[in-house]
Formats: sequence, structure tokens, C-alpha cells
Amino acid sequence: MAKITFITHDGEKHSVDADNGISVMNAAIDNLVPGIDADCGGECSCATCHVVVEDKWMAVVGPPGDREESMLDLNPEREANSRLSCQIPVTDDIDGIVVNVPEFQM
Amino acid sequence: MSEAIVSLEEAREDAYSMPLEDLNPAQAELFEADAIWPYFERLRKEAPVHYCTTSEEFGPYWSLSKYEDIKAVDMNHEVFSSEGAITVDDPDADFELPMFIAMDPPKHDAQRKVVAPVVGPANLAALEPIIRKRVCDILDSLPIGETFNWVDKVSIELTTQMLATLFDFPWEDRAKLTRWSDVATANEESGLIESEEQRQQELLECLAYFTELWNERINKEPGNDLISMLAHGESTRNMDPMEYLGNLVLLIVGGNDTTRNSLSGGLLALNQFPDQMSKLREDPSIIPNMVSEIIRWQTPLAHMRRTALEDYVVNGQQIKQGDKVVMWYISGNRDEDKFENADDFMIDRPNARQHIAFGFGLHRCMGNRVAEMQLRIAWEEILNRFSKLELVGDPVRVRSSFVKGYLELPVVLA
Repeated sequence: MAKITFITHDGEKHSVDADNGISVMNAAIDNLVPGIDADCGGECSCATCHVVVEDKWMAVVGPPGDREESMLDLNPEREANSRLSCQIPVTDDIDGIVVNVPEFQM
Repeated sequence: MSEAIVSLEEAREDAYSMPLEDLNPAQAELFEADAIWPYFERLRKEAPVHYCTTSEEFGPYWSLSKYEDIKAVDMNHEVFSSEGAITVDDPDADFELPMFIAMDPPKHDAQRKVVAPVVGPANLAALEPIIRKRVCDILDSLPIGETFNWVDKVSIELTTQMLATLFDFPWEDRAKLTRWSDVATANEESGLIESEEQRQQELLECLAYFTELWNERINKEPGNDLISMLAHGESTRNMDPMEYLGNLVLLIVGGNDTTRNSLSGGLLALNQFPDQMSKLREDPSIIPNMVSEIIRWQTPLAHMRRTALEDYVVNGQQIKQGDKVVMWYISGNRDEDKFENADDFMIDRPNARQHIAFGFGLHRCMGNRVAEMQLRIAWEEILNRFSKLELVGDPVRVRSSFVKGYLELPVVLA
């Protein structure tokens, strides 16, 4: 179980509780957090669940995997802490995590 | 098969009476007659991964017709290569046009990254007011109460203006972009050109024109238009002329045919499903979801093709190294296992966004957000202006199994 806070581009905070085993993307979709599209349904193949992870949480979630990296790499608005939220599993370790949702998903 | 298929009833009879192994969906006439549907329906049910050996035009090829199979292959670029060809038709060996859509990583990624910012979020925000102004000007010039061709006056005009904006192309010459877009995907059957020589000749004229623009922009500071980005981009500035032409064709066709035919398809869909038009008028906030549904229902590019780099099993079928694999997006978007009542146009369809018309994986449509924005603005402004958009004759469709679109949609506005 983890509490996840999404901050949308206009500064609005959405905090949700998520069960272990789903992804951060699922937690956003299940709770109607705006700005996460997830067109491919969570298979790391559309890059429309892009989030930018707050600095101090990067060490916990770690860097993107190879496939995720190749999708992120094509996004002109990619940042150092960019992740695809469908590739971040919810665990007790990420309880309290804060991620920023970009204005547009590509 | 299909010599004289002109109606859906005949097509259904034909599709279900022939031996399964003879089924060949890559026939332009079936798309032109809007008679392709029963063939894919049968394939989805009886042979979702189907090997066709009866095409004299294209040689043997696999057809994928189910959503999940298409998605799996689209995502698997390590096995299913885009190198050299992305349609069922192989390019003419004497006139090869390298373009990043038909490349694998790492070159694909490097070239795509050069031009992606033009349709990136920062540019989109800047483009919105420009698009809206142009949409309004076009719509305000339309005749009321008399029949005109929606394809010419709205769909082509709007997407051509958009493309000219993205290229910073000389405004008075913008009709050339439409012509080059049409010619690029034309064949002798299409009626647009007399011969392959003519096609190549016209594309070389396109290259000559764009070479002047390149030379003009390479000598200026880098700008935000596509030509300047290509001319200054590290991975693209040393492209040879045919590669420049290839990438131009990609950006012209990608930015033109697709959105054009979705703009037309939306009008047709709302006429075929009048209850949806009423629903839209009652609640215009559905427009963004309707845009996705239009793209699903229309699927302006009917397929993409890959080539297997190794032996690989897809949904129980053994595909061999070197085989041609056609991913029929048009069929995946009508897959009942993914979309309930898939043939129906439903503007509030809950999973419309999951359509496969943009593809998935590394080659997913680069201009998807610009396309959606154009369609959204167009429909917002159409609803603001017209109380009636009536289709008054049969659509004339493009003769192609790749570009799924329209030449004529006679319409009367009120």
C-alpha cells in the first residue's frame, strides 16, 4: 500500500492510495487523475503515462528499463527524472512518492 | 475474387464462400468499394494470423487482423523490422526513398528526434491559435445551402494549410504540397498519375523545390520549422538527396493524408449515425473523445507492414525469417474482442483512445497530438457555425489498401 501524489502542470495536487501490485499509472487511471492517458493500457508502448519523479524519489524507483528508455528517448520533453508510470510498480517502498504530470502526453 | 465486387452483400458472399487460403485482403478495389469488411471479419474469426499466397501484385504475405496480435508485433521491433518497407507494396528498387518510418533503431531514433519537437508540446501550444484562425477562415468561406465537396473545400484545405505552416512553406504554392502528398502514395491504378515515371518525375520536382528551401534555411539561424530542423539537425544535416526526399514524403504524407481523411471520415460517420450527431450537439464536451473515435472508425492508414528478421511464432502460426507481415490496423480497430459493437460509431465510447490507428511502440505516430488538435478545433468550430451538415450523395473513396480515404463527399450545410 502506498500513498501517491500526482502534481498536474497547473500545480494541482491529487493524492491517492494504491494497493501493491498495480502500477502508478493504474493508480492514476483508477482515481481519474487528469493528464495520464495510458493509451496502450500499460505495456510500455505509447509513452502517454509520462511522469517526472521528484528528485528524492528517483533513488527509490530507479532509472527506466531498456524498452522504457527507448520510448522516453523519443519524447522532446523528456527530463532527467522522466519515467513511464506504467513501469513503476506500487510497493510499500514508494509510500509518499510525489510525481509531476506534464501538461501534454506525446 | 473481387472482379465485380461492388456491394457489401456481394462481398460477404464472396468472402465466406472462397477457400480460406485464397483470401487476399490487400486489394485496392475492395477498399474503394467499401467492401473490405467481411473479408477481415472472416479472418478475425477463422484465421487471425493468415498467410496469403494468391496475391500476384504483392507476393506472399501474412495478415494480422486481431488487435492484440497487431499490437504485439508492432511493439516487437527487434524481430519485426521496418527497414526499407512499411507497406505491403515493395518500393521500386530504382527509386528507393529512405525515411525514418522505414528504418530500425538506432538510425530511426536519431532522425525522428530531430523533427519530433515540431509537433511537441511547446510548439503545439503556439500552434493552437494559428490553427483555430485558419479553421475559422475556411469554415466561414463555405457556401450555405448548396452542394460542395467537403474533401476539397475543408479536409484538403485545412490539412494543407497546417502542413504549410509546419514547413514554413511559401503560402501561395501550398497546393503543391497536396499534389506531392497524393502522388507519393499513388500508383497507375489510382488514376492520379499516368505512369511510375511520371510519379518519380513529380517527386524529383518536389525535391528540387525543397532543396531551395533547405539552402535558404541552412544559411539562417535554426528555426522552428521542419526544413530548418532537418537542415540544422546533427543526424539529418548530411542526408543525401534521396534521403531528404524520403523524409519529406514521410512528413508530407504523414501530416496530410491522415488528418485529411479523418476530417472527412468524421463527417461521414456523423451522417451514418445520426443519433451520435444529436448526442454531440447536446454535449460538445465529448469532442475530444469523439476525435479518438473518429480516428478509430476511420483508421486513415489501413495497414503497416514489417519484415520478420527471424523465425517467430505469432498466435500459433510460424512466421519465417524474411516473411512480409501486414498489420491491418483497420481490422484491429474493428475487433469485437477489444471494442464492443466495433462497427458502430460511438462518440462516447469508453476505450476509444486505445485505438490502434497510431500504431504502438517506437514507430507510433509522431504527429498524433497535432492531428487530434486539428480535429478537435475543426469540430468545435463546425458546431459553432452550422445547424446541419448533410451528406447528399455517395462518398467516392480512394483506391488503395494503404491510404483509407475519400476523394468526394458531397455535402450541404445549413
